[in-house]
Amino acid sequence: MTEVTYLTDAFTIDQVKEKITSEFSSDEVKILDKNKPRRIYCTADKDSILKLCTFLKDALNFEHCSCVSGVDRIDCFQVVYHITSYANRITIEIVVDLPHDNPEVDSITPLWGGANWHEREAYDMFGIIFKNHPKLARILLDEDVQFFPMRKDFKSGGL
Amino acid sequence: MDLSLFPNAIAMTIDEFKAWSHEVVDELGRSSGIKRLVDKATAPIWSWAQRNSLHPLHFGIACCALEMAAASAPRFDAERVGVVYRSSPRQTDVLLVNGWVTKKLRPALRRLYEEIPDPKWVVAMGECAISGGPWYDSYNVVQGVDTFIPVDIYIPGCPSRPEAMIDGFLKLQEKIKVEQQGTFLDD
Amino acid sequence: MAKMWINMGPQHPMTHGLWNLRIEVDGETVTNSEPVIGYLHRGWEKMVEDRTYPQIIPMADRLCYGSSYTWSHVYCLAVEDLMELEVPERAKYIRVIADELQRIASHLMWLAAIGPDLGNLTIFLYAMRERELFMDLFQSLCGARMTYNYTRIGGVRNDTTPEWERDLVRTLDFFEKRMVEYEDLVDRNVVFRMRMEGLAPLSAADAINLGVTGPSLRGSGVDFDVRQDDPYEVYENLDWHPCVQPDCDVYARYRVRMDEMRMSVQIIRDALKKMPKGPVRVKPPRYAPEGTGMARMEDPRGESLMYVIGDGTEKPFRLKVRSPFFVTLSAAPVMVNGCKVADVPSIMGMIDVCMGETDR
Repeated sequence: MTEVTYLTDAFTIDQVKEKITSEFSSDEVKILDKNKPRRIYCTADKDSILKLCTFLKDALNFEHCSCVSGVDRIDCFQVVYHITSYANRITIEIVVDLPHDNPEVDSITPLWGGANWHEREAYDMFGIIFKNHPKLARILLDEDVQFFPMRKDFKSGGL
Repeated sequence: MDLSLFPNAIAMTIDEFKAWSHEVVDELGRSSGIKRLVDKATAPIWSWAQRNSLHPLHFGIACCALEMAAASAPRFDAERVGVVYRSSPRQTDVLLVNGWVTKKLRPALRRLYEEIPDPKWVVAMGECAISGGPWYDSYNVVQGVDTFIPVDIYIPGCPSRPEAMIDGFLKLQEKIKVEQQGTFLDD
Repeated sequence: MAKMWINMGPQHPMTHGLWNLRIEVDGETVTNSEPVIGYLHRGWEKMVEDRTYPQIIPMADRLCYGSSYTWSHVYCLAVEDLMELEVPERAKYIRVIADELQRIASHLMWLAAIGPDLGNLTIFLYAMRERELFMDLFQSLCGARMTYNYTRIGGVRNDTTPEWERDLVRTLDFFEKRMVEYEDLVDRNVVFRMRMEGLAPLSAADAINLGVTGPSLRGSGVDFDVRQDDPYEVYENLDWHPCVQPDCDVYARYRVRMDEMRMSVQIIRDALKKMPKGPVRVKPPRYAPEGTGMARMEDPRGESLMYVIGDGTEKPFRLKVRSPFFVTLSAAPVMVNGCKVADVPSIMGMIDVCMGETDR
């Protein structure tokens, strides 16, 4: 029988929000005023995302990285992280803005192995560079493809 | 008949002699009408055997692959019409393309087609294999499998029902019956 | 002896889809492995940016053909989250019933697929025979066998009929009897169990870290089910519990799926009892507001998530799909490395392959 020890101490949404605001300044992490059950919405600075994720994983029991998605906002790129806590039953959505000419952000694969292929896919589709990623290569398209298809300036083929 | 090498036949290497003699026999058979006679006599037998033991390649691509599985399951039982799936392309005679073909898959599919020994037929099952289907404006989907391999039967539907698939194979049987390829398949 | 790399795929009877497992073998032992995917990538996420919101529902059906209903469901949930729509109570119950029916059909397809892998063709015939019953139920509910196009933004397309509910109850009764047959055939079979027990251990810590969800995670003893921990629709009101097995091996994953089919039957029965009368659909606005919507649900393969960004027009600005099998497949090297080549089909078959959602 596997012991599931992390289910012992759970935090409520208010406790999580309070801990984040006490740990980070408002420049680094900003919690948005949008209330839905079991959800927290926040934005983060691109230099503090790794610190925030480490804090979430180690201090607040967020043990599952659900999703990492890239977004092309035309004037900037965004990376959206959905990180779930099995213990707290909370999902946190973190939006990080990246400049359009230099889309680089720290990889969170060292924290959660599940983020590995999500980050590769974001690189494949948008050309966002994840620093310290173990293998940042194309995953869905062929190796020799020259374009990043999900960027808004790429027009899809067809009719 | 090409007899240009005839006086020098004694000086040929063994490979040259084989090629030369094969050509002579081939030409003799064709010009005398023996080949056509043999073809005509054996074609109904071959055609009967071919159309009643269609062995498609066990190659599921997308949605229609599940209908392909359902067609071989107890309710539809495609084995009644001789459809038995084989996993190796060398043991098959039908390539059943049941899904969209992407640019990454295209070389592999072309290679599978070439690995199937003659005589062979290709069945395009579902809208995606016929023309790209719902993915008509995709940057990565090949718009129809007939752009790179010859297709014999098209089965419409998105996804095609198992009955439609069995009907497609019956149509393919009719086609083989009409074609009547004999022993000398290259004619 | 020299090590060498082998491609298992893209055309291989083990793959059940279109992908390639490159393995490095030392004799019979797998020492390293790397999944190669992308053979079915059609740019789904790019294409939906050119479609209006209702046009995307049938495309979402074709994301995963094994369980197409759950994908159009999660899409509608995400758009309803964006538009802040409230779905009528009866529609929620119908969605749950259809969801669980789809789960049974998908698990039956999985059972049919792994049977021939493990040398048991009879279970393929049995499972496909019962799957047809559920296909028939779907067909009389919404007119299609596999890609249903049944759920709508703000409800479902049509109400159920009393005859359909009667057929549903009969089918469930019949199916429960047949479940016993499957378990007799598999669980009592020594050969089948020898090929599953103790194989491919995936510890709970590894499974959580690698993002594995669904039956594979619950087979590692972690009690996480989106239906319980982030409930959507009406799962809070129903009488059920997640199926968890502590053994971490292939047999545990098999048991979780078999238990889930029974649990789905129980959920459907309970939902039929509690289903109220009323409308099944509200009219959604044509233009979505600016903002984001996110929904997640328990797919037969794990946690599926859709993240939609609206920009005030009738088309989504961005729609991201989190596919459960995409992440589970990235954990394949951890499970496969160290086992024998002959065990690879049973390990990979047991995590229920569906490449349509993986490559998108």
